[in-house]
Amino acid sequence: MRKIAITGIGHTVFGNLSDFDLVDIMAYASLDAMEDAGILDKRDIIEQVIVSNMGAGILNHQTGIASSLVSRLGLEPAMAELVENGPASGGSAIKIGFMAIASGFVDVVMVTGGEVMRGVTGWEATDFVATLLHPEAEYNYGLTLPAFGGMYTRMYMEKYGLTEKDLALIAVKDHENGSKNPYAHVKVPCTLEGIFESPDADVVNNPIAEPLRLYGMCPVSDGAASIIMCAADSPKMKYFTQKAPVYIVGVGSATDTHCIHQRENPLELKAVRKSAEMAFKMAGLNPGDISFAELHDAFVILEVAISEEIGFFNRGKAKEAIRRGETRINGRLPLNTSGGLKAKGHPLGATGVSQVHELVKQLRGEAEEGRQVKNPKHGLAVNFGGFGNNVVTIICSKG
Amino acid sequence: MIVNELEQKLRPPEIPLKPYPPKVITLANGERMVVREATRDETGVLLETVYPLVGVPKDFYDIVAARLYAEILGWYRHRVANEFVLVGAIDGEIVGIVNSRLVDEKIGMSLHTLTIKRGLRIGAQLFAAKMEYHIEILGQNEVWIVAESPIGFRRWMIEYGLENREHLYPEVRHELGGVPTYVLTRELYFAVKDLKVSGQRPVPEKLLEGSRPLTPPEEYPQIPGYKRSKK
Repeated sequence: MRKIAITGIGHTVFGNLSDFDLVDIMAYASLDAMEDAGILDKRDIIEQVIVSNMGAGILNHQTGIASSLVSRLGLEPAMAELVENGPASGGSAIKIGFMAIASGFVDVVMVTGGEVMRGVTGWEATDFVATLLHPEAEYNYGLTLPAFGGMYTRMYMEKYGLTEKDLALIAVKDHENGSKNPYAHVKVPCTLEGIFESPDADVVNNPIAEPLRLYGMCPVSDGAASIIMCAADSPKMKYFTQKAPVYIVGVGSATDTHCIHQRENPLELKAVRKSAEMAFKMAGLNPGDISFAELHDAFVILEVAISEEIGFFNRGKAKEAIRRGETRINGRLPLNTSGGLKAKGHPLGATGVSQVHELVKQLRGEAEEGRQVKNPKHGLAVNFGGFGNNVVTIICSKG
Repeated sequence: MIVNELEQKLRPPEIPLKPYPPKVITLANGERMVVREATRDETGVLLETVYPLVGVPKDFYDIVAARLYAEILGWYRHRVANEFVLVGAIDGEIVGIVNSRLVDEKIGMSLHTLTIKRGLRIGAQLFAAKMEYHIEILGQNEVWIVAESPIGFRRWMIEYGLENREHLYPEVRHELGGVPTYVLTRELYFAVKDLKVSGQRPVPEKLLEGSRPLTPPEEYPQIPGYKRSKK
């Protein structure tokens, strides 16, 4: 298989960008990636553009956004495709770009993910995301993703002894990282006193889907992220001299049952485990080799569950690492150094791309002061769609 | 100030208001926000705080700031009946302002909620404090509310499940532009109180004293690059 380098990364701030057009936001992130790669004047070397997005047709009344982006960027006649795979759209788009280059079909691919969700109310956005659930067995009964998050959290807490304080500690860690990330939607740090210990915490950190509270859930965000990939053996690599390349060394993806009630053990996230196993096998690495990770914490419980499922910790043991501070930026295994979905935000189609953007930034040593991992070698991202029914894992390594 | 006879004729009749007992709220970032009534002699610093936001169209800060400025001035000049102003302050620095007035003994009319420091639900806490004042402390039956921004609509109309009284127009008519009037009833207030109203009383004396004098914010997240010049 061809070796594939990430040669440019771009990002918009995440937050409320509902005054802007979705394609313009994606164009901004794409231009940022081209500038980072040093190919603004040579952009015609991009042969294929893959866009990841989940809701343009429903939320923004826009379709055909991949070809629209190509046109907005003046990249014609580059190929344009849209990947919609729920909240894992970004990871899937990168995987498909990876496959396109690995197969020899193309040499240079740009993957740009974007979403504008804040033009509607939070409840409408939640309802929109819930369209990925089974229409008759789940959605019709009023189930939403936060509802699943709450039920999953309760079940996990009862089985493994995780406490609300542990969940609050994850939020504090994520906000600490997010407060130093210029792209983060929520840049305000929070404290254990503020969201857990104070007598006002029940209101300040109000329950949303118990036991999940406001600070246990990601915000509804707008934003875009972009990466440019090139085959390491391609003559076109000569154009990418501005930054040291970071390599995609492992990719995996897997699907679990659409309906959660069909799973033997609802706490088990088989697609997470399978996708990670594939990625580790391709990379020739194991969980102990990973320096830091971006895990899809749309609900803070998912950072715990995913970290165990992929083998960072034994099942039920992540809480001990959290309590010891091992997952903080200076800990043994920093998790969600960007702030994660929790603080950086979760514009669905952009999320998987943004996670890989963070891997590259950390591996280059370009993260902001106070959130740079010390000498990272390998970073891992898990992009989680549905309630674990489609998952993509990507491992990146320093050149 | 000596108030002459003509000035008295220009002033509205006032309903005496029970004072709002100050409280302190620990915010998510651990900072402690004192919520208390502003006094008329603090008008200068309130106006100084509000004024820069008159030029910020994003999230309708312009209209909220312009109207709030006029309402605070009207309160200071005794040209608005039964108005009160609550302020949220962290270490004396103003982080949010809310104001309201009484239509009569039983009906309140919420005017504006201005959040300066974002991301900590300060506006939500101050709005809740305003409702607490109307319903619990002044003993009113209901508060009429309108929203000038989508954020306000989501926070008040949707999250509080306010009653839509649009169909009773013009009998139920909020003063702000004739836009649809929603109502927080006593029943609705007590149904959401545990989720919305926070704060501890009494405020430790030292903390309360720390909120006097009030100071205007040096920076506004709504105005990138703004830095208040030192006097």
